[in-house]
Amino acid sequence: MKEHGLEFVKRLDTAANIPSNYIIKSEDDTDSKYGHIPTKRPVDLYIKYGLIVLDKPPGPTSHEVVSWIKKMLGISRAGHGGTLELRPFKGLGGETLRLRECCL
Amino acid sequence: MLPIALERATRVVGILMHSFKEYVGIMELHGDVSKERIVEVMKMFVGKIYQRPPVRSSVKRALRVKEVYSLNVLEVNNREILFKVRCESGTYVRKLCHDIGLLLGVEAHMRELRRIAVAHLREDLFISTLHEVSEALYLWRKYNEDSILRNVVVPGEFAVAHLPKILIKDGAVDAVAHGAQLAVPGIAMLSKDITKGCRVAVMTLKGELVAIGKAVMDSDEISRSEKGIAVEIERVVMEPNLYPKMWKRKLPQ
Repeated sequence: MKEHGLEFVKRLDTAANIPSNYIIKSEDDTDSKYGHIPTKRPVDLYIKYGLIVLDKPPGPTSHEVVSWIKKMLGISRAGHGGTLELRPFKGLGGETLRLRECCL
Repeated sequence: MLPIALERATRVVGILMHSFKEYVGIMELHGDVSKERIVEVMKMFVGKIYQRPPVRSSVKRALRVKEVYSLNVLEVNNREILFKVRCESGTYVRKLCHDIGLLLGVEAHMRELRRIAVAHLREDLFISTLHEVSEALYLWRKYNEDSILRNVVVPGEFAVAHLPKILIKDGAVDAVAHGAQLAVPGIAMLSKDITKGCRVAVMTLKGELVAIGKAVMDSDEISRSEKGIAVEIERVVMEPNLYPKMWKRKLPQ
């Protein structure tokens, strides 16, 4: 079972661009009776332990967007990682649209 | 881009909040300056800078020190400058543009800004729009089709993917999920680069995040030791009672 878990951990390391070097202290395996490989969680649990990397539209504030996400998913708690600028002027603010690759 | 953690994952999103950010933006100058001069002045803003938060801000307006890790001009079109900046969390990029304008002697303002990364989470990695979230939920609720939802939402573990990891035995999981410190005998595998005092992700052998904590021992010490506390738990993410309860209650003397 643990080879699937280790495969997922390796995916995390790759996503964060860090080396996947591990010291093995015990050959213990994990029992499929308990818990789940994160990508294989049943949908309700998958959402409960989930993360959305949102392409935030310009206009609404980070707080507004989080409250919409909560409503859409029907969940009670959600939190964002760092506010995007508060509205500097009424009606403006928020993020600009995604830049095309060609601009970069 | 805005990373949003759901339900249980909310417990670790604070780490992202305090991590570095990367933006692409457009600054507009109020006068003509040569490209060489712009590049030269912008270079001066790399490193530790003093910054007073703008009038419209959500923090105390006291002068503070923030670090700009990199600041590059991507394109110059007359008075418009397309730039990319990587900075400490809490750096006001609008203010940065204003200050660059002052130093250039012509004044400037920020016209557009887009965040492209929060810590290791980059916008080219599984980013989704509100429409995609909405469509994915519709397909799941109406047709019981969850494959798109599973792309739009990613496991919360990705929020801590940049931390060194300690994978623990099934028998140690529930104790940590109940808030106990992590002791050496519960550890099955560990990253090689753990230093004393660094933050680590404590995970199951299935890759589920159980908690985050501060390492009390470095990798070497953990691999050599047979007992002792290895990690002081800071935040528990996993709900208790999912894994078997293996620890023994101390009998009253």
